[in-house]
Amino acid sequence: MSMLKVENIDVFYGAIHAIKGISFEVNEGEIVTLIGANGAGKSTTLKTVSAMMRPKNGTITFLDKSLLNVAPHKIVSMGMAHCPEGRRIFQQMTVQENLEMGAYTRANSEVDDSIADIYARFPRLKERYKQIAGTLSGGEQQMLAMGRAMMSKPKLLMLDEPSMGLAPILVEEIFNIIQELNASGTTILLVEQNAQMALSIANRGYVLETGKISMDGPAKELLRDARVQKAYLGG
Amino acid sequence: MTFLTYVISGISLGSVYAIIALGYTMVYGIAKMLNFAHGDVIMVGAYVCFFATSRFGLNPVIGVLLAMFVCTILGMVIERLAYKPLRQAPSLAVLITAIGISYFLQNAAQLLWTSNPKTYTSVVGNGALQLAGGQLPISYVTIVTIVACVAIMVGLTTFTSKTKMGKAMRACSEDKGAAQLMGINVNTTISVTFAIGSALAAIAGVLLCSAYPILTPTTGSMPGIKAFTAAVFGGIGSVPGAFLGGILLGIIEIFAKAYISTQLSDAIVFAVLIVVLLVKPTGLLGKPVSEKV
Repeated sequence: MSMLKVENIDVFYGAIHAIKGISFEVNEGEIVTLIGANGAGKSTTLKTVSAMMRPKNGTITFLDKSLLNVAPHKIVSMGMAHCPEGRRIFQQMTVQENLEMGAYTRANSEVDDSIADIYARFPRLKERYKQIAGTLSGGEQQMLAMGRAMMSKPKLLMLDEPSMGLAPILVEEIFNIIQELNASGTTILLVEQNAQMALSIANRGYVLETGKISMDGPAKELLRDARVQKAYLGG
Repeated sequence: MTFLTYVISGISLGSVYAIIALGYTMVYGIAKMLNFAHGDVIMVGAYVCFFATSRFGLNPVIGVLLAMFVCTILGMVIERLAYKPLRQAPSLAVLITAIGISYFLQNAAQLLWTSNPKTYTSVVGNGALQLAGGQLPISYVTIVTIVACVAIMVGLTTFTSKTKMGKAMRACSEDKGAAQLMGINVNTTISVTFAIGSALAAIAGVLLCSAYPILTPTTGSMPGIKAFTAAVFGGIGSVPGAFLGGILLGIIEIFAKAYISTQLSDAIVFAVLIVVLLVKPTGLLGKPVSEKV
């Protein structure tokens, strides 16, 4: 069943035509990845889905509801969480306060249980729950950003470059966590420059090139595709 | 003893500046704008309380509450009508609008209540606490002002660190986009910030006019500018900074008046600000802002 369906969206930054009529969909239970070079429009696509930006044309449907007229702050309570590029955790707030903000739309009574869930998944956050988030290491900040996004109990989790700036061992850890989250029932839309890693855990992938989708298909096939290998996998 | 008297009246005046500065700094922290109409909201608060108590003979407490209520609504209306449409506009446009609102409020007050000065009756009576065998009198207004300032400071700190709305305000002041992704309604948060700042302005107005009992439509403008100075002095965007900046500014002003020159006191206050900003451009407790490029 299609959870998120994006059809023919055009997105502009002023006069710059950043997204040129792209369409894609994410089915329930999948990990779908959008790969592409820097500036291809991956982050813009995610921002448009989560209503931080609006498309000029096209439709975005999430769980059979159009998102085009939904206020940005209402998106999260519909079951979609967006973990943005650069993590954007609240640097001056504590780890726990960041998690609480992730549960902003939920009833206070449910928050404590969810925080306990997140700490079980990310024990390092528990050790540092009182620490100011800006003092965490890059990997911990990424975990916090993902934990914060999970606090809203999303059906669809959108991750923008979770591997950015992390050491290879941490990248592996983060990708393991993404797979775990998926296995426990969260549908994932993953934007990555690390195409190798992204395609190795995804069900399906879309390749974005200067605002257009140039290829799409099962992740395994994309991994073997000569053009993808040449352009994104260094081979 | 005179030295102590100066210190205490400095803290008292500084408390008023601090209460006003909190409004400036909170609005700046969240909306990233300088609300130069804030000083004139003080004046409106003072007038409301004046009419409630002196004309209609209401209890001073009711007068203050009424002033807070009117200013809260006024602050939210100003934000909604004048600033919200400019959310995406260049900051210069917002600044000029704020100055425009400031003049609008002053002129509206002149039209409604004339420019004749009103003699304010202190909301806490004119008595004084006699300490050290009568050598150190501290007026009730002074005591109430200092107590009010400390209470507001404690209340505000608790609000921003313990409540959901308070934390959402801190989240918005750091990153509005990320706050929105959490499901926080940024517009509501900004509106609440204006409401709180304006309610505090009403309290400041009443306390100010209780200590310096002349009320005209321009009463709020100089304290407004000084409180803005205090906010910058302490580090704009920082709540403890506004508190510290306000108190220090009050003490410096009273000392300058007492020991140097009454005429030059304002110049001295601003000279100190310039020196502080030269040495520490972010103000005493301000954090350096890293602009994302």
